[in-house]
Amino acid sequence: MSSWNLPIKELDETPLVGEGTTFRSITETVCRVTEHKAPRAWWVAFLIAISFTGIMTLSIGYLFWTGVGVWGNNAPVYWAWDITNFVWWIGIGHAGTLISAVLFLFRQKWRTAINRFSEAMTIFAVICALIFPGIHVGRAWYAYYMLPIPNEMAIWPNFKSPLLWDVFAVSTYFTVSTMFWLVGLIPDFATLRDRATTKIRRVVYGALAVGWRGSNRHWQNYERAYLLLAALSTPLVLSVHSVVSFDFATSLMPGWHTTIFPPYFVAGAVFSGFAMVMTLMLITRAVYGMRSLVTLKHLELMNKIILTTGSLVGYAYAMEFFIAWYGGNDYERFLFVENRLKGPMAWSYWIMIGCNVLSPQVFWFKKLRTSIPVMFVVSILVNIGMWFERFVIIVTSLYRDFVPSSWGSFRPTLVDIFTYAGTLGLFFTAFLLFIRWIPMIAIAEVKGVLPEADPHHHDDSHGAHDTHSHQPATVGAE
Amino acid sequence: MTTSTTSNAGEHQSGEAPALLLAEFDTPAVLVRAAEALRDAGYKQFDTHSPFPIHGMDAAMGLGDSKLGWIVFPIGLLGTTIGFSMIHWMNNIDYPLIIGGKPASVASLPSMIPVMFELTILLSAFAAVFGMLHLNRLPRHHHPIFNSERFSSFSNDKFFISVEATDAKWNEGAIRALLAPLHPTHVELVFDDEEGGDDAVHSTLSEGHAS
Repeated sequence: MSSWNLPIKELDETPLVGEGTTFRSITETVCRVTEHKAPRAWWVAFLIAISFTGIMTLSIGYLFWTGVGVWGNNAPVYWAWDITNFVWWIGIGHAGTLISAVLFLFRQKWRTAINRFSEAMTIFAVICALIFPGIHVGRAWYAYYMLPIPNEMAIWPNFKSPLLWDVFAVSTYFTVSTMFWLVGLIPDFATLRDRATTKIRRVVYGALAVGWRGSNRHWQNYERAYLLLAALSTPLVLSVHSVVSFDFATSLMPGWHTTIFPPYFVAGAVFSGFAMVMTLMLITRAVYGMRSLVTLKHLELMNKIILTTGSLVGYAYAMEFFIAWYGGNDYERFLFVENRLKGPMAWSYWIMIGCNVLSPQVFWFKKLRTSIPVMFVVSILVNIGMWFERFVIIVTSLYRDFVPSSWGSFRPTLVDIFTYAGTLGLFFTAFLLFIRWIPMIAIAEVKGVLPEADPHHHDDSHGAHDTHSHQPATVGAE
Repeated sequence: MTTSTTSNAGEHQSGEAPALLLAEFDTPAVLVRAAEALRDAGYKQFDTHSPFPIHGMDAAMGLGDSKLGWIVFPIGLLGTTIGFSMIHWMNNIDYPLIIGGKPASVASLPSMIPVMFELTILLSAFAAVFGMLHLNRLPRHHHPIFNSERFSSFSNDKFFISVEATDAKWNEGAIRALLAPLHPTHVELVFDDEEGGDDAVHSTLSEGHAS
């Protein structure tokens, strides 16, 4: 056995699950959600979410029928809510990959409680994100020009364009995230299959479980595949938001043309994604009684990451100002001071600073870091702040650039608002369906981090700390 | 060792050979010891079944390292190559594009890197997933082990070891004797069933009955 799958000693030996959790109770807690009738709250949420999805469909239909003029985009604000929403959704997705891949490589075992959840969030967020570049091209039926497929003009895409890199980065990201998620689900689908009481559940979950029988010869390849996918997803997730930032950074716009963009975007993505995981997790955990699996310790660790990435983002905001001053470019200085700190759109900049830089600072205090109401409010504020960050980057850079005669302003239309709210509806529709039919916590992985899962558990304790009452087999064998 | 028998035990006893012997344990620790015992006794075609991967089981079973990396690495390199060839042919040969003063040649390599990188990741990820399924011979529609009624708890909280009857050293009595000191909670012979039905479970617990 090589070193990568050796058990790792935790820094402190606090159990990662609540008191009295056993293999069986994990199976029960997670599976019963998919097996029992949905609570009333689920139906209420689902009906609201699906109504918003309908609004999105109508808004997009109207957009296709009429043209992008139905949005508030104008000259000079050629990009507005469409790309703001795209970057925001992609960013939210990044936390899922960070939790499933990066924390896996760093052997952060606490991730097992939240990784399924946040990977699902990644996939749904990327679906929402992919809608916007698809529809913002105006004539969406020509969107296939983005792909390198032969067309009637006998011309190929321009591979020197970061917009094309984006197509490859985001579609690769979506594909790899989905595969990672499905691979992680195989053992849990097997659990649902083995518990199935109706034929349809047995057939559907049986097909999804691809004949999984928990064989160690399979686990060996499975764990290697999981490790490889984590190792591949880690540079991938860094590349995706870096490439998204190239859409801006490779242009010559003041406010966009900065080298700090790739790391700054990645930090912001993780920041907003963790906030979204937190928002969703707090609600789901309370509604479905998952408090023994997602403990306060998990939430506190997530808050520490939110504090870290929020401070990184704050550093990036400060560094942008420093470079604008130090670089000596008049247009850049004008942009940062007159367009962002002051000027007609300064309110959006200050919302961003308040939500992203100031609000997470409360997490320096343990009392606030472990308070559910505080973390809920902060997670919402961060989601809002990160949307405004993208709005600030895009709109306040475009609306007053080099030549005052070409200055303009921006106002969203109702269709802008409906489309954005509609993608939130789509996201929550997918999410609620996920919670209803798929194990929302990685059953096999959480079992694997229980102390009892370590084969040396009983050897070390010599039976003294043996919490099991039903296993004379071990004691007898010693 | 608990004893349990099913009503149709013995239906296949006369003619058919069992597919495998299945023993059930309560903890991963005993399962590791059972695997070590079988390994040391020279068995090859045996397997353990657990709700989660158990640390140290590969060594306990005497398995080598996973071969998956040997599949993923070349396919990942193939992705890099496809990325480079595609861009080079499309933008430099078939329809040369000079954009931003960057020449339509290999000199524009830096701008090719992002797409080459993404395709490397994409193909590697496909290779990791489908390579894993291939090495595991999954998806698989039917396996005799599912004919055991108790086996379904492998995905909940039980730990199983199975020895296939095709093993060169197959000797049911010897295997039972080997596992007995570890106190399995249940031992049974599992028969394959051509129809894939659920009526082929046979629990045989007395040594004499099993021969």
